[in-house]
Amino acid sequence: MTQVPVLAPPVSPEPASKPRNRTRVHAEGERPSPAARVAAWIFMGATALYFLVPVYWLIVAATKSTSDLFSTPGFWFAEFNLFTNLAALTEYDNGIFWRWMGNSLIYSGVGSLLMTFISLISGYALAMYRFRGRSVVLAAVLGSMLIPQTVLAQPTYLLLVEIGLNNTIWGVLIPSLAYPFGVLLAFVYAQASVPQELLEAARLDGASEWRAFFSIALKLLSPGGVTIMLFAFIGSWNNFMLPLLVISDARLMPVTVGLSGWSQAAITIPGLQTLVVIGALVSIIPIVVVFVSLQRYWRSGLAAGGVRF
Amino acid sequence: MSTAAATRAAAARTPRRRRRGGGGERVAPYVFLAPFIFLFLVFLVLPIIVALYTSFFQTQRSGLGFGGGDGQKFVWFDNYALAFSNPGFIESFGRVLLFGAVQVPVMLAFSLVLALLFDSAVVRWKRFFQLSVFLPYAVPSVVAALIWGFLYQPRVSPIVEGLTSIGVPVNFLAPGTVLWSIANVAVWSVVGVNMIILFSSLQTVPREMYEAARIDGAGELRMALQIKLPMILPALILTMLFSVIGTLQLFNEPMTMRSVTSNISGDYTPNMAVFSATTLGGDINLGSAMAIVIGLVTFVLSVIVSVLSNRKRGSAK
Repeated sequence: MTQVPVLAPPVSPEPASKPRNRTRVHAEGERPSPAARVAAWIFMGATALYFLVPVYWLIVAATKSTSDLFSTPGFWFAEFNLFTNLAALTEYDNGIFWRWMGNSLIYSGVGSLLMTFISLISGYALAMYRFRGRSVVLAAVLGSMLIPQTVLAQPTYLLLVEIGLNNTIWGVLIPSLAYPFGVLLAFVYAQASVPQELLEAARLDGASEWRAFFSIALKLLSPGGVTIMLFAFIGSWNNFMLPLLVISDARLMPVTVGLSGWSQAAITIPGLQTLVVIGALVSIIPIVVVFVSLQRYWRSGLAAGGVRF
Repeated sequence: MSTAAATRAAAARTPRRRRRGGGGERVAPYVFLAPFIFLFLVFLVLPIIVALYTSFFQTQRSGLGFGGGDGQKFVWFDNYALAFSNPGFIESFGRVLLFGAVQVPVMLAFSLVLALLFDSAVVRWKRFFQLSVFLPYAVPSVVAALIWGFLYQPRVSPIVEGLTSIGVPVNFLAPGTVLWSIANVAVWSVVGVNMIILFSSLQTVPREMYEAARIDGAGELRMALQIKLPMILPALILTMLFSVIGTLQLFNEPMTMRSVTSNISGDYTPNMAVFSATTLGGDINLGSAMAIVIGLVTFVLSVIVSVLSNRKRGSAK
């Protein structure tokens, strides 16, 4: 299921630099009873187990040979075959897996970069200028958030066939650039973090509108940009139905479509199970790394913009 | 400062005055918005028009005769009639509605409890726990379904094995349970992001409200229910709205889990029915009609949810 993040308009457009250490404020005066503490520990422990165990299983399973996968206890290591599995993954079908990873990286990386730029410049325009048609664009952006992406997948596929972009990289890349949520996030963020006076001051100094955006506003918008990019990246890394429809050439598939195909084929080719496991593990490593390493930025981006997603 | 800059400044301060050279200000927003508007029209509006158009035709001969006039016959609402008389398609709607009626409340309640706990002083190691709850959101749903698919399979799963050994035989993939096994994958994937939404919303509640309540002798639980919950109701409603939309477009998880069980049919969810009709059935016209129907149902359901929740919010005041 694709989950669309949600946002509400900022409560107060505070300047981005104002520190917000609210997490600590309430520690005073609140003294939970020992019983509540213990109950919370147990609940949180069980919760963490629920969320982490599947990932732990995946790590363990990725180190096993095909026969051990089916015959040894799932939550404990058997003979260590991680590197053998990695080698098998690399060799299979002339390294098609790494091609899929590369494709996903192109679709998600290039896609989210472009999409973030388009969102920022659009959100900025909507926030900073009063022009004819502004309310129409805003209404269209808001309304289209209610259109589910996968409902659009089939119609988009028909359109791509019509214009001859099916089974091409562009067929997957370009449609993902139309992302109203990113524009909305950028709009809310620009309203909160780019003061109108700054734009006026830039004009006063003789800067063109273009330059005012590039050398002044873009810097202020960058924490919001990181947030948008992260969601766009996850969104397109997760993309499945459209590429499944559009791409028939295995060499153009993103890793989600490729892995799912292997999983189907594993019904008749047993050795593929191991490759699905190791492939699944390898495929989530980049996104988890991106996510955890950018955590500081997108968190501060959310806090500073007053954007609650 | 030069005089030129000074006149520019005057022009900037009085936007009404039209000046040559100050035109950039009027043109700029259109230029800035142009790429998005182009993409919006081509990839959000046009596909819907194409799907509508396609849904009113039927291909007379088999093959890929799409687009050109030959072989295409205008058939009014025949494809819609075909979709509605398709028992699999109708059942798929019932299935996802049942799915949503259970999965959405469970998932939101779980997210809410976690958000409230993280917002209180009861939980330690917040960073670690928050990250572990959020981690699955970074796992693509296809991969999540693959992982859980292994954990459901009797031959591989340590969970099935463990439960069987203590005398609880389970079959996560039985016809009656597989829907809930899919729901579990969905819950696992999205609790994190919903928790963060609700948590961020809780963090913006003014802390003074808590102090006042504490002086009045309110306990943690009462504060959570009577102060925190009403304050974050808008965020809760939005998460609910998007969860409902998400439910109707269920596709990735069941489609992926078809590789581990034969109990998921090709038209298990509405979107899978569209996919099957378009690809395996080779009937893009029927597929289009189905996609339009899903879009309409989603729209109606979103409107119902927002109207209901607005009314609730109104009466709470």
